[in-house]
Amino acid sequence: MSHDVAILGVGMHQWGKWGKNFVEYGLKATQDALKDAGLEWRDIQLIAGAETVRNGYPGYVAGATFAEAMGWTGARISSSYAACASGAQAINDARAQILAGFCDVALVIGADTTPKGFLAPNAGERWNDPDWLRFRLMGCTNPTYFALAARRRMDVYGATEEDFAAVKVKNARHGMANPYARYHKEFTLQQVLESPMVADPLRLFEICATSDGAAAVILTSMEFAKSRNVDPVKVRAVATTTPTFPCTTLEMPNISTDSAVAVSEPTRPFKASIAHDAYEEAGLGPDDMSLAEVYDLSSALELDWYENLGLCAEGEAEKLLRDGDTRIGGRIPVNTSGGLASFGEAVPAQAVAQVCELTWQLRGDAGDRQVKGATAGITANIGLFGHGSSVICSK
Amino acid sequence: MSTTPTAPVIEDWFSHDPEPHLIGTRCKQCATYYFPKQTSFCRNPDCFSSDFDEVPLSRTGKVWSYTKHFYQPPEPFITDGEEFEPYTIVGVELEAEKMMVLGQLAADASFEDLKAGIEMELVIEKLYHRDGTDYMIWKWKPTAS
Repeated sequence: MSHDVAILGVGMHQWGKWGKNFVEYGLKATQDALKDAGLEWRDIQLIAGAETVRNGYPGYVAGATFAEAMGWTGARISSSYAACASGAQAINDARAQILAGFCDVALVIGADTTPKGFLAPNAGERWNDPDWLRFRLMGCTNPTYFALAARRRMDVYGATEEDFAAVKVKNARHGMANPYARYHKEFTLQQVLESPMVADPLRLFEICATSDGAAAVILTSMEFAKSRNVDPVKVRAVATTTPTFPCTTLEMPNISTDSAVAVSEPTRPFKASIAHDAYEEAGLGPDDMSLAEVYDLSSALELDWYENLGLCAEGEAEKLLRDGDTRIGGRIPVNTSGGLASFGEAVPAQAVAQVCELTWQLRGDAGDRQVKGATAGITANIGLFGHGSSVICSK
Repeated sequence: MSTTPTAPVIEDWFSHDPEPHLIGTRCKQCATYYFPKQTSFCRNPDCFSSDFDEVPLSRTGKVWSYTKHFYQPPEPFITDGEEFEPYTIVGVELEAEKMMVLGQLAADASFEDLKAGIEMELVIEKLYHRDGTDYMIWKWKPTAS
């Protein structure tokens, strides 16, 4: 049995710091997705909301919030929270309900309004919360994890500060052609390397900002798409699988890894296992991919993803970058949307936005950032505590 | 010797003696180590034990990676003095336990001397001073060669 579902419509609100209620962004993205799909609001049978935890209860019950804002119709709703993977979780919920036959047409929507600066843990004395403890016991911020991974690449694989800066330069250039990106500014290597050091070896322009923004996709059964005479881009796989014990890679917000004394390390580290599961489900491999959208929370993390997605062998990400293979026009362009480097993170919308980008690319609608002849693409992101995700789409 | 009273930032996570160590637990059935301590249920999916021994962890290990921070984190981070001082965080791999544990770099150690693979040892140092008490935490320090 095919597990494909159709992407009938996509829509986004531009990322930025607009200072408005997150619901407004979500409405704009929803309306654009409906128009793109040629559907009416009453056609939507399931509203799958990706939650934000920074906007009070309306954010926690995102599905209901957007259903009410667009007008109650008695549709099914769901709300999903999985940190950065929330959007993919909502996509997977919509997909599962379509494949189970509970509905034919589903809206997936994620939107956020984020505060400035470091993302901080919940307030209060929370001595049993690892996310709180890491700040109190040692000042371990999100960039700590990005920087540890970056420095490891330098010491083990010979990555340089110029490599990390080059990822930012590449993604900023890609983002200039994306009207939904927050930043439309070209950077030189030198400008990136002169930005303040935040968490050595990572600099300010190499760590993603937090943004407001919204993204929506409308998923339907393949039969419904056929009935509308559409040859749609398809969701071929959504991997939302856990790590395998012992998880020997350091995952945010932990201050230690699992011990591999009793059970030996799994064959694939966590991030590689997510991609592997997505490839298996899609029946496709890295060589079939025309592009990838990955979570560049820091420029250096993008290099880890090249290897985790199997775009190159371990330790060869720097070569892939230096050879120009991952820029538009190269062998396997990565973050053609501009990535988090050009967007900043709007947590519940980000994984949905990645799928919007794949859709535009696979339709040939990506304008000046179009990957010629794109036939399939993969997204990857990672939430807290091993809540990662990967989505594969194809023509 | 300083006469400032000391207290651990968090109780029962480390010993405070001349050869300090982290306090973990070990599953009585499958022998998996845990830090922070696991006391309720073993996380090995093939082990259904809920019995643990409290054990000292190795007080030396090898650097996995490290990073120096130049900006003050948000609460609940507490600065030691009035002014924020950059600090370094090190991930250290413990060979016997086959796990990695993060910690700050000892105050008198140099970030520039760090490199993946070098040997570190555990020390107990002040993290911050508050209300007349020095609050202590574990840190990592390059082993004297």
